[in-house]
Amino acid sequence: MSSPEPPRLLDSYTAPKEILQEFADLADAENVVLFVETAKTRQLADYYHRRFDRVALDSIDAFKEVGGEGKGGYKDLMRRARLDQEEARVKRAIEEKQREDEAKLKRNLDKTPPASEIQDVAVELLTVKELTLSRESLGATRKRRWNISNADPNTVDTGEWSREDLISSVLKKRRCRWDASPAEPAKRSRWDQTPVVADTSMIPIVMTAPGVSQDTRYISDEELDAILPTTGYVIVTPPPGFISMVQPRKLQTPSVGGFHIQENSDVAAVRAAAGLALELPTDIPGIGNLAFFKPADAQYFARVMEEEDETERSVYEMKERKVMRLLLKIKNGTPPVRKTALKQITDKALELGAGPLFDGILPLLMERTLEDQERHLLVKVIDRVMYKLDDLVRPYVHKILVVIEPLLIDEDYYARVEAHMISTMRPDIDHADEYVRNTTARAFSVVASALGIYSVLPFLKAVCRSKKSWQTRHTGIRIIQQIAIMMGCAILPHLHNLVDCIARGLSDEQQKVRTMTALGLAALAEAAAPYGIESFANVLKPLWLGIHLHRGKGLAAFLKAVGFIIPLMDPELASDYTNERIVLRVVEQCAATESVTSAYIKHDILPDFFKSFWVRRMALDRRNYRQVVETTVELAQKAGVSEIVGRVVNELKDEAEPYRGMVMETISKVVAALGASDIDERLELKLVDGIIYSFQEQTTEDQVMLDGFGTVVNALGIRVKPYLTHIVSTILWRLNNKSAKVRQQAADLTTRLAVVIKQCGEDQLLSKLGLVLFELLGEEYPDTLGSIIAAEGAIVNIVGMTHMNPPVKDLLPRMTPILRNRREKVQEASINLIGRIADRGAESVPAREWMRICFELLGLLKADKKSIRRAAVNSFGYIAKSLGPQDVLAVLLTNLRVQERSSRVGSAIAIAIVAETCGSFTCIPAILNEYPLSFVFEYVGPQSAYYCDSIATMLEDALTDRDLVHRQTASTIVKHLALSVAGLGCEDSMLHLMNLVWPNCFEMSPHVIGAVIDAIEAMRVTLGPGVLLSYVLQGLFHPARKVREVYWRIYNALYLGAADALVPYYPDLGELSEGKVVYDRHPLQVFI
Amino acid sequence: MSSELRYTANTQLEHLHARYTGTGHADLTKYEWLTHQHRDTLSSIVGHPTLTSYLAIADGESIGRVKFEMTERMLRPCGPPPNLKD
Repeated sequence: MSSPEPPRLLDSYTAPKEILQEFADLADAENVVLFVETAKTRQLADYYHRRFDRVALDSIDAFKEVGGEGKGGYKDLMRRARLDQEEARVKRAIEEKQREDEAKLKRNLDKTPPASEIQDVAVELLTVKELTLSRESLGATRKRRWNISNADPNTVDTGEWSREDLISSVLKKRRCRWDASPAEPAKRSRWDQTPVVADTSMIPIVMTAPGVSQDTRYISDEELDAILPTTGYVIVTPPPGFISMVQPRKLQTPSVGGFHIQENSDVAAVRAAAGLALELPTDIPGIGNLAFFKPADAQYFARVMEEEDETERSVYEMKERKVMRLLLKIKNGTPPVRKTALKQITDKALELGAGPLFDGILPLLMERTLEDQERHLLVKVIDRVMYKLDDLVRPYVHKILVVIEPLLIDEDYYARVEAHMISTMRPDIDHADEYVRNTTARAFSVVASALGIYSVLPFLKAVCRSKKSWQTRHTGIRIIQQIAIMMGCAILPHLHNLVDCIARGLSDEQQKVRTMTALGLAALAEAAAPYGIESFANVLKPLWLGIHLHRGKGLAAFLKAVGFIIPLMDPELASDYTNERIVLRVVEQCAATESVTSAYIKHDILPDFFKSFWVRRMALDRRNYRQVVETTVELAQKAGVSEIVGRVVNELKDEAEPYRGMVMETISKVVAALGASDIDERLELKLVDGIIYSFQEQTTEDQVMLDGFGTVVNALGIRVKPYLTHIVSTILWRLNNKSAKVRQQAADLTTRLAVVIKQCGEDQLLSKLGLVLFELLGEEYPDTLGSIIAAEGAIVNIVGMTHMNPPVKDLLPRMTPILRNRREKVQEASINLIGRIADRGAESVPAREWMRICFELLGLLKADKKSIRRAAVNSFGYIAKSLGPQDVLAVLLTNLRVQERSSRVGSAIAIAIVAETCGSFTCIPAILNEYPLSFVFEYVGPQSAYYCDSIATMLEDALTDRDLVHRQTASTIVKHLALSVAGLGCEDSMLHLMNLVWPNCFEMSPHVIGAVIDAIEAMRVTLGPGVLLSYVLQGLFHPARKVREVYWRIYNALYLGAADALVPYYPDLGELSEGKVVYDRHPLQVFI
Repeated sequence: MSSELRYTANTQLEHLHARYTGTGHADLTKYEWLTHQHRDTLSSIVGHPTLTSYLAIADGESIGRVKFEMTERMLRPCGPPPNLKD
């Protein structure tokens, strides 16, 4: 039984805050507008926008049996295309005329137009009339939108080229400026066309012109009526003669952005008219859940969303609606929905039929609000459907292409790839619009790659040779260019034919065609490289001639073509084409071609070349200078050294210094590359003379002269001997010149000539130079000093240590103070010299001098310049090799203790170098034994006990080393070790070390003996004085005084250290007693 | 003293050694060295009370007597020097 009053409950239950928040977040997430980001980034260029302007036509199924000429057949299409062109021409003519007229009108304001003008207009009018008539005779199919069936021609043909418009526009021109409307009369968009109520199956598609959106459209009368009160307003009639800027639109329903499909149903129309924001459902009856739903979709798929009685519909409409539903599912559906829909549409493609399918898909694909992903899906649908429909597609081919072609030039790679799927073609080749032709050409190249070039060749041939219009030829050639670019070397089998196709284009009357031909040839040659030169045989001549005739873009294209063809050429062929001097570079490249003979260059190129390029002016511009030199060197490869040098050698005495420099550089490069064997005696004389002259005359500090001198003299080698005396005397004279720069140059030249002087056997001269340079070592200008030292180094290097004059033992001490010079050049030069002496002639210099140099070198270890540091380190190596590593190592190890890190690093490297040159076994013990280790054992104290066994072997090595220093440091370590481990039970290993230390007691070197004595003292502590005494006793009365002296010193130390403790250890010498002298120590013999 | 060591720290060591009794040198005779040894031994006995008492017990003398005799023997522990004898 329940209680009458239910227990008191809580007022309400509320979900936890977090859950509410979560729901709120979810809702936010769902509201996120899809594609916002992509829409922002997807900014189509105007060019790409143009795809919305294209008009697709029904194409006839060529394979279907149709009586007579069907509309939309190829012939019909071509006729239409012609009409288009004619129309474009007339339009242009009219526009031009209009411009002219306006200009004229401005000139003679209210003047009555001259009779001739009136006549012109009349003629024009007539033409237009005829045109219109002819169009009507065509059955008013002009401008017919696809899907528009037999609509009334009068209603359809309200485009800008309707008769009335034309006439009115022509008439309008007659008006004077005063009453002219300010607007530009021509060019109305297709917006002006009246949309047709489609009561038939076909649906007209109106493409939106770019930039016209809902916000910018004009307000319609109906809308105005709705806004304004009905009373108190009168609609004013426009003044007579007024022509509005835009033809009033006959809007049956205001179009809301995008494009619109006419509908029978008023509901949707009214809804659209009211501009009511359609609530955008994601759940559409009969379709299910969608991932998203855009306003544009709401329009396009409005019909699908209505719920009406299906039975009223015709079969076609039913199919259409079915297609629409499926498309919506595919386009907007969630992945599973999309999948099933795609499968369905593919399976039922045949059942649904091509008409409804493409009528649904293609307009959708043209929609500008389409996102990449949606478009991708739709193209996929087309792909699947086409596969199913097979030849049923034919009537729609052109439509499909119009939609798909633009994708070929889309930036989006995937869009392009998709477009490749469609490889059925129809000519749109000589369209007046370049855009159309471009897309067509690209599409065609795709077709060609799909079908094979062979099958499209006849067609290409016909197109390229078309006499009808240059646009046709242009497109044809462009197709071939695209094919070449796309297929690469796969064009080779058809190269000949392809080149033949476009060969005539080179002499086309239209500049654009010629340019395109050249580009096409370039593409072909590039694709064919390195084969196929024979195919280009016919075009070579026109190409070369074309270079003369063209300028600007055309020339660029021709040069490009030539540039690509030349590499394919046979050697023999290439020579025919080198008589053209395009630019120096071309000459250079031509000269590099193997076939161009030297005779040809000598006779045909060189005279002109030198006349035009070897002038002083060229030396002034740095880039010309370089190019001339380069080209000349290249020519010399063919023409030979003597030919080139002979031509320029006289210029060495030219008065312009830059020009002399250019000559010198050229000569030195040519000689360096090809040698001097080609130069005869007379030329040799002239050359050396010229070089000496230009060297003496130079005022600037230029490396060129020096290098040139060196190169030429070195190349001449022994042949320079007759001139050497002269050259050396010049150098000697200049070495004592007042100017430091001149002295420096002379020294530098000596460096370069030293080898040749030796080659010529002029040792006399060398030693003279050496002496002069030695005397000049007191030079005060550091740069000059550096050069002098380098020159001295070069001489030392060549003459050798033993024959050097001055002798090395005099030279080296002179260098020691110079090492302190802070100038890098000096440091580097001197260290190189010292290193060389240390390497080759160390024995001729006393060791003390080397040690001094070692100390100086330490400073160089921290030099800024790497090469100096390296040279210093190398020198350490050489010195260590000649002196033995111990002393050098000692210096370096001492240096390890300085503050500065860079010099510590330098020392470490130098130690490594010493280890390398003298063998690592000499260094590693030294490094190990050096101060670090001794410090370690000094400081760690008793802990050493743990290590004394492990380092015993190392110390063993060090103590038996031949090297004093090792034994010394090892003794130091033993001292510290012994003191540390006293009383810790290491006597065994200590005794072992004692045995090794002991023999060192005879060392003379103060540091060593000091260390050894210390070690022995330490042993007294750790081993006890008794043990030590037994060692000492051996030599206290040794016959050799020197031995006794040492032993007594050790004894004294021992005695002073532990006199009392020695008492029990003294030997019993009672047996030595004789007579009254008794040596027995009786008190110690008492025994209880 | 060897010439090599003349100017080194060891020179000082030599001098230092020379200042103490009982230290030796290369020309020391057997007699001198052993005399030093004997005196060291005697002084060691005198200096270590345990040794003194040990000897006193062994000789049956008083400690004082032992000490005295040891000190007395230091004068010529090994007898007259050989060269004096010769």
